[in-house]
Amino acid sequence: MSESATLTESGAVKPSLWELIWTFNQIALASFGGGLSAWSREILVVEKQWMGEEEFLSASTMCRILPGANQINLAVFVGAKFGTIPGAFAAVFGLTLIPVLIVLLLAVLYFQFHDVPSLQKILHGAAAAAVALTLAMVVKTGRKCLHGPVPILLFLSTFILNGVLRWPLLLVLAIVAPLSLIWAWPRPKNK
Amino acid sequence: MKSWLQIIILFGSLSLLSVGGGNSVLPEMHQRSVNEYHWLTDNQFADVFAISQAAPGPSILIVTLIGYKAGGVLGAFLATTAVIIPAGILVYLVSRFWEHAARSPIRMAIEKGFAPLTVGLVLATAYVLGRSTDHDWRSYLQTAVCAAVFIFTKVNPLIVVAAAGLMGFLGWLG
Repeated sequence: MSESATLTESGAVKPSLWELIWTFNQIALASFGGGLSAWSREILVVEKQWMGEEEFLSASTMCRILPGANQINLAVFVGAKFGTIPGAFAAVFGLTLIPVLIVLLLAVLYFQFHDVPSLQKILHGAAAAAVALTLAMVVKTGRKCLHGPVPILLFLSTFILNGVLRWPLLLVLAIVAPLSLIWAWPRPKNK
Repeated sequence: MKSWLQIIILFGSLSLLSVGGGNSVLPEMHQRSVNEYHWLTDNQFADVFAISQAAPGPSILIVTLIGYKAGGVLGAFLATTAVIIPAGILVYLVSRFWEHAARSPIRMAIEKGFAPLTVGLVLATAYVLGRSTDHDWRSYLQTAVCAAVFIFTKVNPLIVVAAAGLMGFLGWLG
């Protein structure tokens, strides 16, 4: 097919454990108001170039299918890629440490004062931008992988079944994933 | 002591049950922590849910807050660790297999075939999130403008999100 080789190319140097901690901490802190998945892509693929676009997309879908919180799973996945078990711990530690402290602090404030209106307003505004960042991710990644009728059909059916009709993820994947694999299975004549 | 054990068992098992993400086990989490163990009230559960959604980082950190209510700082630590480790081990094993399968047909098919599907899932996320956060034309407009900035410019997204937060603070979003 016509995808360029640059998609799967990740000529990255192995980051150190500190770099893993720091990078995942950056991802976590950027995501106030939401959009964690878009921020992961923004930092892992665009900024650090640790992964190619397709590698990132397929890893995030596998992390969705497997049990566990999607973004923590992705941290395990990326951390393990660069530093096996210590790497996985470093990435998860980076992703969760400061957010755990923030969440506890917010909870203490919340239970003390019961309502933090200005905080809610700020988060309301930030959430609208986080939705926008997620939409922008759709456009940016879609431009690279939605060439031709089959991928567009796979894309649209996944969106409609899961987003509009709200069918459960596993059911949607049980239908669409086998079709995707049949379409994408490497055939000698293509290579 | 007893509640610490309950925390580990509950969140450790929810970790492996949360197929499709943390939100899929919220009903079970509510049932056990509110109705069965009485760690927190119904309203408090709704409150910690809102906090964990809005705060930076993974929204599964709702378990940190439930753990804190159930058993203080140690409870928070145990709940967070228990929800991460079991699923984490599974993902780790899969990722090892993945590295091993570097140039195999299955990995090539998954990388290429799952890309359009994932973009569909991301659009579904944006759609569902947008419907829950954008309520009137002002927030729709704000989302549209921000999306255009993200797509057509190279401005650091953090600046845009912070500016949007400021607009919310100033009450421009109704």
